[in-house]
Amino acid sequence: MVGIIDYKTGNLRSVENALYRAGVEYAVTAEPAILHSCSHILLPGVGDAGWAMGRICENGIADIIATFTQPVMGICLGMQIMCSYSEESDTRCLGIFPGKIRRIPEKSTEGEKIKVPHIGWNSVRYNDNELFDGIRQDEYFYFVHSYCAEIDEYTAGVTVYGTEFGSVLRRGNFIGCQFHPEKSGTAGERLLKNFLKMK
Amino acid sequence: MYAKRIIPCLDIRDGKTVKGINFKGITSVGDPVEMARRYSEQMADELVFLDISATLEGRKTFASLVERISREINIPFTVGGGVSSVEDADILLQAGADKVSINSAAVKNPQLICELKEKFGSQFIVVAIDAKKVNGEYVVTTHGGNRFTDIKLYEWAVEAEKLGAGEILFTSMDCDGTKKGYDCQAYTKLAQLVNIPIIASGGAGSIDDIVEVLSHDPGADAALAASIFHYGSVAIPELKKALKNKNIPVRI
Repeated sequence: MVGIIDYKTGNLRSVENALYRAGVEYAVTAEPAILHSCSHILLPGVGDAGWAMGRICENGIADIIATFTQPVMGICLGMQIMCSYSEESDTRCLGIFPGKIRRIPEKSTEGEKIKVPHIGWNSVRYNDNELFDGIRQDEYFYFVHSYCAEIDEYTAGVTVYGTEFGSVLRRGNFIGCQFHPEKSGTAGERLLKNFLKMK
Repeated sequence: MYAKRIIPCLDIRDGKTVKGINFKGITSVGDPVEMARRYSEQMADELVFLDISATLEGRKTFASLVERISREINIPFTVGGGVSSVEDADILLQAGADKVSINSAAVKNPQLICELKEKFGSQFIVVAIDAKKVNGEYVVTTHGGNRFTDIKLYEWAVEAEKLGAGEILFTSMDCDGTKKGYDCQAYTKLAQLVNIPIIASGGAGSIDDIVEVLSHDPGADAALAASIFHYGSVAIPELKKALKNKNIPVRI
């Protein structure tokens, strides 16, 4: 069974629907015992990083997430709060990934005007062949965000939007995707399937 | 590479897809979920569903349709039509919509954009603007183009961004239904004035029209069309190829 971490951030429906389409059983819960027994864990998230970290702490799961040994995937804000810090609301995050989350610069490296939030389809150059098995380089995924991860040794995928940022992070069993695999067509479905195959 | 988006738009009445020309003479064209699935398989980048039901019953049908779409479809979709409060938007987002578009209600009460932003965030809010030229200048209309306001298009777009809109969907009522192409200049001007994505709507008659509107920089980030996709005069795979051939970045 797949566990979707429920920390009351509202809409988890699209992630649930993706698992429904994949034909897998899932539970939406914040109960540590249930989460520990799940084969895979998804950490979705929508909204503000400070607010989300507040909910995580209130629900008493801040210290538990880092102890998971099964594959864990943070999606969008879920990925961001797995990092050490977010500029959004000056938030200390979970620190599973040591990198920091910064606001997307409104000027590109060439000085062009960049629209923030980054909404739409953009390509991912990956170096993780397990997660991206069967997916071509520079495949498109769907993004909606205003903050992004720095590039560091845990970067497993890179996307360019004005500047380069880490669109996929990986540290052992912990994975973070800045894009929404559940909204990224057949490529996103394949990526979720690859994740669900991980042991 | 950030891709330009192709967005089929489905007008829904009482749970069925319809297409009006100049918003009049409505005819039904098919089951929305089936159409949505077909478009998503053809690599449409996003979908828009607008509820044009006039009755309460029709509105309830729409909310359950949104749930079905969200279960079946794996690309993002925006819903709108008659959204006039935070509660209306909440119902649709809870049903699984990725974004909500607001139109007349935002013109009547601009603070609604603020309230939606506070509750859900800018990325969930598409401000749709229908405007028609009066003495050469675009004037905002409401209620499906039937009522003129005294608000100018460009001023309203800037205001909407300030209040918290995440995207602007501008339909030129002069071009809509004509199949003679989009008003490209208007999208370039909008892109110069605001720093959020702009969706072009109204006037698509051919592949060339869409290539044209997406080839301007600054200009539209996405092109929306309805009848040319529904009736098959433009197939999305061919359209994407044509865009790629012109070096316009697309998801293919």
